[in-house]
Amino acid sequence: MAMSNYQEMAIAKALNAGLRKAMQRDDKVLVFGEDVARLGGVFRVTEGLLDEFGDSRIFNSPIAESGIVGTAIGLAMRGYRSVAEIQFDGFVFPAFNQITTQLARLTYRSEGFQQMPVVIRIPVGGGIGAVEHHSESPEAYFAHTPGLRVVSPSNPNDAYWMIQQAIESPDPVIFLEPKRRYWQKGPVNLDTAPLPLHSARMLREGTDLTLIAHGPMVATALQAAELGAEEGISIEVIDLRSLSPVDYPTLLASVQKTSRVVIAQEAPNNVSLGSEIAARIAEQAYYYLEAPVIRVGGFDTPYPPAKLEEEYLPDADRILEAVDRVLAY
Amino acid sequence: MTPATEPMLQLLAPDGSYGVEKEYSRYGEVIDSLGEDQLKTFYRDMARIRRFDQEAIALQRQGQLGLWVPAIGQEAAQIGSGYAVGKNDHIFPSYREHGVAITHGVELMSILKMMRGVNHGGWNPEETRFHLYAIVLGSQVLHAVGYAMGVKLDGKVGTGDLDNDLAVISYFGDGATAEGDVSESLLFAAVNEAPIVFFIQNNQWAISSNITSQTKVPLYRRGEGFGVPGLRVDGNDVLACYAATKIHMDEAREGKGPYLLEALTYRIGAHTTSDDPTKYRDEEEVEYWRQRDPIARFEVFLRRQGVEEDFFEEVAVAGDELAKDIREQTFALPKPPLESIFDNVYSDDHPEINAQRAWLRAYEDQMGGHE
Repeated sequence: MAMSNYQEMAIAKALNAGLRKAMQRDDKVLVFGEDVARLGGVFRVTEGLLDEFGDSRIFNSPIAESGIVGTAIGLAMRGYRSVAEIQFDGFVFPAFNQITTQLARLTYRSEGFQQMPVVIRIPVGGGIGAVEHHSESPEAYFAHTPGLRVVSPSNPNDAYWMIQQAIESPDPVIFLEPKRRYWQKGPVNLDTAPLPLHSARMLREGTDLTLIAHGPMVATALQAAELGAEEGISIEVIDLRSLSPVDYPTLLASVQKTSRVVIAQEAPNNVSLGSEIAARIAEQAYYYLEAPVIRVGGFDTPYPPAKLEEEYLPDADRILEAVDRVLAY
Repeated sequence: MTPATEPMLQLLAPDGSYGVEKEYSRYGEVIDSLGEDQLKTFYRDMARIRRFDQEAIALQRQGQLGLWVPAIGQEAAQIGSGYAVGKNDHIFPSYREHGVAITHGVELMSILKMMRGVNHGGWNPEETRFHLYAIVLGSQVLHAVGYAMGVKLDGKVGTGDLDNDLAVISYFGDGATAEGDVSESLLFAAVNEAPIVFFIQNNQWAISSNITSQTKVPLYRRGEGFGVPGLRVDGNDVLACYAATKIHMDEAREGKGPYLLEALTYRIGAHTTSDDPTKYRDEEEVEYWRQRDPIARFEVFLRRQGVEEDFFEEVAVAGDELAKDIREQTFALPKPPLESIFDNVYSDDHPEINAQRAWLRAYEDQMGGHE
């Protein structure tokens, strides 16, 4: 480990470095979307790439999300690997048809003649005091769609490596970036990928309970585990990293050890990724469970106005309240 | 909006007489360069695709196909434009382009397989350069534009090397022009100066909705606000369709940017075999367009050119043989293997797909096997 080349950077910078690496490695990698070129995107994730790679590799698209994804599909048919940025989570829906009826199915429809190596980057989640449509957690729509892969990094090292792995995938990848954590710093190992793209990772070992989270909720989950430890509760934290497919072997190994599970997410709980994971744990680890699996999520409402988001978003206290309920069984 | 009041490229009048108006002389020159063999090929394939279409309707009526999508009446638009597409060009069809398909080596049985429910597509779009049918209206037009953007990035536009350069053509109907994806396609093509021709077959009916409920401005002008010029062509005139597509695909390949062609034609049959057009349109209107039939018109032209009766007899015999052949082949189509459900959902390995495949195999074994 001492030999590895580490660098401290924020998630946004790590994504930028990962994109740069992918573009250097393969000149078929293109980056486009709204305002990605000179501005570097509204979160500056693509900053500086225009100067290095020029406007045939990175360019601004018209403000038309269906067009962005639809042309990415055509470019994939021509042998390009597109990284398309959707500016905010709430703006992906004009592209929903192209993503679900075309991008996700063309390999199936063509009996494997056409691969779809397209990455769709979407900043997701709340917590930045934004106006409506800038704080959504749409992962369940995409995880529900066969043919798509869905991933979400929670820290700079994963951001750096997972964006490169997503670009290398021959399948379409929905890449959900934890918007409110863009400026969170951490060490990035520039030499070695931590894990394959679709692996979950145990971030903190514990014995009393398994706490599962992804993307922006991972930091909150780690905070809850820290507070729990002060109260003598040993919480094991697992970062899903991949939302479709989910790395169930890693989850089930933890559940077999702790027998108790809380799932934390920003999305409304109804028919959510957490719902699916709870069902799968019930199906596959029933005899290991000492308590029902509890989900801590957003409420089943539209995302509220920013002045109420602090109360809407699950925080460490809300997670610990659920932990207490699970431990009471 | 009366179709007849708009300017339109027509080389072959409904009575089969040939003439070139002065403003369209460059289109006429394209036809001057065609030999008798090429003209015969147009006729042979128009007749072939109509016979195929009639047989497919019969197969559907007998329960052998889940659905059929007739293209009767649109043969000139499809065969004429299809033969004008160059050897490196790519074609992005909607789902009624059976005529275009045969001009680029797509097996007719591949189309029937799809309509029988054996697969969702199943020809190789890289080999044929004829991409898969798109059922979500307008979806393929964006793919075509993206492909054309890629062609331009590859430097395969306007080099003057005809073995190198290529362009893209995307087919869609009057109904699809209402879709947002078509407007976005025109915009993306225009700002990227993409090498593409948008080929609208205006058959005047989107299931039961007449063209008057789909647009207030003639469709050949739809691209103007996006910076895409257009031309209306008589879609029942195979020569006009060939000449217009040839010239504008050549120009796209040369780097002149996108262009839009509206082929004004008519859907003689139903939208699909599930449709009943007698509920929403008058027989008089259908009869008016039957009198403008693209194949009959071209036959008159060919006979005046001196093509002899034995050619037409030979085509008719070939049609009967084709009908018999596809009937037999359709009956013989095997059900796909059960586990192919799981094939190509992903290109890379996927644990959920693997697990479900294994489960189904075990379940079938336990139930005594599938086939």
